[in-house]
Amino acid sequence: METVIDYSPAILRGTGVTIFLAICSLMVSMSLGLIAAWGKLSSSPIGSRVANSYTTLIRGVPDLVLMMLIYFGLQRLLNFVGDYTGLWGYIEINTFVAGFVTIGFVIGAYMTETFRGAILAIPRGQIEAGIACGMSKSLIFRRIIWPHLVRLALPSFTNNWLVLLKTTALVSVIGQKDLVYEAFTAGRSTRQLFTFMFVVLIIYLIMTAASQTALGLVERRYNVGVRRA
Amino acid sequence: MEFIIEYFTLILGDGNWKFWLEGISLTLMFVSLSLLIGGVLSIPLAIARANRHPIFNPMVWSFTYFFRGTPLLVQTYLLYYGLPQFDFVKDSFMWPMLREATWCALIAFTLNTAAYTTEIFRGAIEAVPHGEIEAAKACGMSPFKRMRRIILPSALRISLPAYSNEVIFMLHGSVILGVLPIIDIFGAAKTINSRYYVSFEGFIPCAILYMILVFGITRIFRMLEKRYHAHLRPRTS
Repeated sequence: METVIDYSPAILRGTGVTIFLAICSLMVSMSLGLIAAWGKLSSSPIGSRVANSYTTLIRGVPDLVLMMLIYFGLQRLLNFVGDYTGLWGYIEINTFVAGFVTIGFVIGAYMTETFRGAILAIPRGQIEAGIACGMSKSLIFRRIIWPHLVRLALPSFTNNWLVLLKTTALVSVIGQKDLVYEAFTAGRSTRQLFTFMFVVLIIYLIMTAASQTALGLVERRYNVGVRRA
Repeated sequence: MEFIIEYFTLILGDGNWKFWLEGISLTLMFVSLSLLIGGVLSIPLAIARANRHPIFNPMVWSFTYFFRGTPLLVQTYLLYYGLPQFDFVKDSFMWPMLREATWCALIAFTLNTAAYTTEIFRGAIEAVPHGEIEAAKACGMSPFKRMRRIILPSALRISLPAYSNEVIFMLHGSVILGVLPIIDIFGAAKTINSRYYVSFEGFIPCAILYMILVFGITRIFRMLEKRYHAHLRPRTS
């Protein structure tokens, strides 16, 4: 136990990196999810086709393989294109960027389904009522669509966030110094890997439990006034 | 054209195709074994959870909460790298087994999928229509017979779509085998990359192979759903 306390600065730093990486991935995934959901629901055939192939690709390829492809492949591709066209100079993708872009990309596909389902589940009559009251488009979105969207999307959003949080452990494989990486090095040098890995498990458990509680409270807040079956 | 031929000789030539075959069979073996054992384990656990058994329900709940709340990678690390920390593990008769990455990975995968499957089955058992259970009671079936003849078959049917997702997640999770010194599909890609000092070329066929497997699994489950959900489909005239 003392060794864990000795190494606690490194562990805490790693936890911070993991949380920051998770938040960055969440931003990417939510933007991608909203765009792809809009593409899937749009009437244009190109939009829905692009969005559909995106979600199929993500369902087919494991996250770690995608991360490797992005970390090692995308940099080469970008530099090749930059060299060829002369538009940009040498680009280096570090492990952090590769990590959060990949995770955001993967979870974005799940977010797509979340948002699509939520938008489809909004009662059409409420939007029509908004129009009938003479609300503008932005007002309808702010007052009617958004509260419904949050309420309907939250359960599966919570799920996606938990998956995202657990996926962040994979960035240690490409060498990002996150929680798992820091604990692994500490455990290896003290020959107490079980202790350190157990600490990592507990920290992840605390993070997932805390987010479940927090999002549960938000869910309750947004469900005020909804009749329960 | 030359580039394409060069690429194919890189990933398949010089006996490299053997790595892929080995990788596919290992991945499939690990995934199916852990799903099989985990699935068998999860049925009694799910029943205990759905029946709100006063002693077992909290125990099973903490088991599933722990395994569902933490990353599979760290669970596998804990077993494979962590267990040798204890001398009593090293001295026990289990050590020849627990020393191997394959056994540690199999145990971690099995427990992980058992936790997820338990919750899926629990949800399905709770979703069995009350009328079916009442009908079974009215026919005078004992609780055990009711479970075996009515509730479980119905629950397994209900859980099919959610379970197909779990199978695909397990296949995605099995990439962790390649992080340990095991040659699964991902491990094959890594081996080929390091054999020729290339950075990512091996990952492209790796991604394609996983995709083919996922589509195969999806197709199998679609067939199963067609067969076992036949009574739920809307009638086509």
